[in-house]
Amino acid sequence: MDASQVIFILSAALIVASALMVVTTRNLIHAALWLISTLFGVAVLYALLEAGFLAVVQVVVYIGAIAIMFIFAVMLTRKELRDRGAQVNAAWPAAALLGVLTFGGLLVIFSKWDGLGRLPAEMAGTSDAMLSQLGIALTSPDLFVLPFEVASILLLAALIGSVYVAMNKK
Amino acid sequence: MSFWTDPINFVNHWLMLTLTGWGLSGFFASIIANLLGILLLITAAMVLDIMLVWVERKVVARFQGRLGPNRVGPYGLFQPFPDIIKLIIKEDITPEGADKVVFNIAPILSLASVIFLWAVVPLASTIYGVDLNVALLYLVAAGALGTLSIIMAGWSSNNKYALLGAFRQVAAMISFEIPMIVALLIPTVLAGSLSLKVITDFQSGGKWFFLLSPLGAVLFLISAIAELGRSPFDLNEGESEIVSGYHIEYTGMKFGLFYAGELLHAFTFGGFLAVLFFGGWHGPWASTHPFLGAFYFVAKAMFGYWLIMWVKYTVPRIRIDHMLAFNWKFLTPVAFALLIVTVVVHSLLKGLGFLPYALGLFLSNVLLGWITLEILRATTRKQRLALKSPEPVAQH
Repeated sequence: MDASQVIFILSAALIVASALMVVTTRNLIHAALWLISTLFGVAVLYALLEAGFLAVVQVVVYIGAIAIMFIFAVMLTRKELRDRGAQVNAAWPAAALLGVLTFGGLLVIFSKWDGLGRLPAEMAGTSDAMLSQLGIALTSPDLFVLPFEVASILLLAALIGSVYVAMNKK
Repeated sequence: MSFWTDPINFVNHWLMLTLTGWGLSGFFASIIANLLGILLLITAAMVLDIMLVWVERKVVARFQGRLGPNRVGPYGLFQPFPDIIKLIIKEDITPEGADKVVFNIAPILSLASVIFLWAVVPLASTIYGVDLNVALLYLVAAGALGTLSIIMAGWSSNNKYALLGAFRQVAAMISFEIPMIVALLIPTVLAGSLSLKVITDFQSGGKWFFLLSPLGAVLFLISAIAELGRSPFDLNEGESEIVSGYHIEYTGMKFGLFYAGELLHAFTFGGFLAVLFFGGWHGPWASTHPFLGAFYFVAKAMFGYWLIMWVKYTVPRIRIDHMLAFNWKFLTPVAFALLIVTVVVHSLLKGLGFLPYALGLFLSNVLLGWITLEILRATTRKQRLALKSPEPVAQH
């Protein structure tokens, strides 16, 4: 067992444990903080896969923006930060079955995939090469420039919409 | 390879030889060597932090026409040590109803988010933690953790002033992140990389990015001060409204961690200003003598830190609505305009040799700055005229 496997097992345990805490804790702010710990674990996994850019963006976007927004939203909209209702509803056996089936399906697909035993570096090259490939892919006209721009316009529309909704109309 | 030309690799090589000579495997030896390196870097940063307490107190005193600490040691140099002893022996109070775990993690995370930054700072040509190819984004990510620590501290204190202070501070930090990221993109465009090592190497021979983009340096400095939450952007502190903001309930060394984090953060941003716009460790004979390079870097970082202190102690505090208007209506548009101008001029003049290229970039910066000031002057004039002069009451 080498260092990256040790780090993988530790961060996977962190992800699973804190994801469980997100759904089981009754304190909403604690749930948000556990979610941050889950997302941080995912960032560690990206870093292990030589995808440094994705790892850092994961922290910037998910922890720096989305998780902070969760916390703000919970604090500003709720009078009581403790959830007292039942934690499962009637559909939980179906949801559990679906979850197990999805996991099993993924397991079957990945066991057939030949990339499982290989290192990320030999599949996609070094971190530098991957970063420049990503940059070129996002800006070149025959690759992903259109979806990229459409996503930006969608975000802009959401931004203008939220300003309009929050605006104090006189 | 000798100690004076490549100290880190020399010590690392020697350590690896010694450890493997004792019978350790190469893997464990490299782990131990790396851990020692991390410990050394953090210790250096923290020892520097202790001295920054003295620098801060001495400089603020001079700005206010006082002498500052001058009793303990020569020039009051040992003043930080009584300060620290006082902080350590103070009673540690956890307020009733506080969320204990979160309350205790917040100050640690606050200081850690600053220390994380030192992993990517190139102190000299061969002295640096890692050469990350996304180092500038890493700076923003570490800032995100700092934001998180503030909201954690504000919420877990179970104090409405702390919570309100945290809300204000976080709102300001999130909004000033935008001009900061755009200002970070300017050295990125000029050097063609997000790596701090490449950006530093691009500025060898006095080709500092400050000369190519003075406006970019100013924008970075302003947004860095806002990100630090220092005056004139110190929304978290207000004696008459929210007392001292998110860390109001912290006592002793827990408060000390926030304070140390703030000082080190200010110095670190001075260091980033040095790396991004003032050539980093570059200087005479620095490329062959790394210790000289580290000295130049610290001197430049101190200059950046001094600029931040100069602004803090001379500019009056801004109200929150003015501050947000300043960000959204002035700083962000200027930053985006500067980015567009820089990209266009950079790609047009890139092949013409250094002098026309530098002159073009510098003049376009000056022109953009001048246009901005003219627009500002015209709008404020319009606002003043719209208010009209009030009629004297005595005539009625």
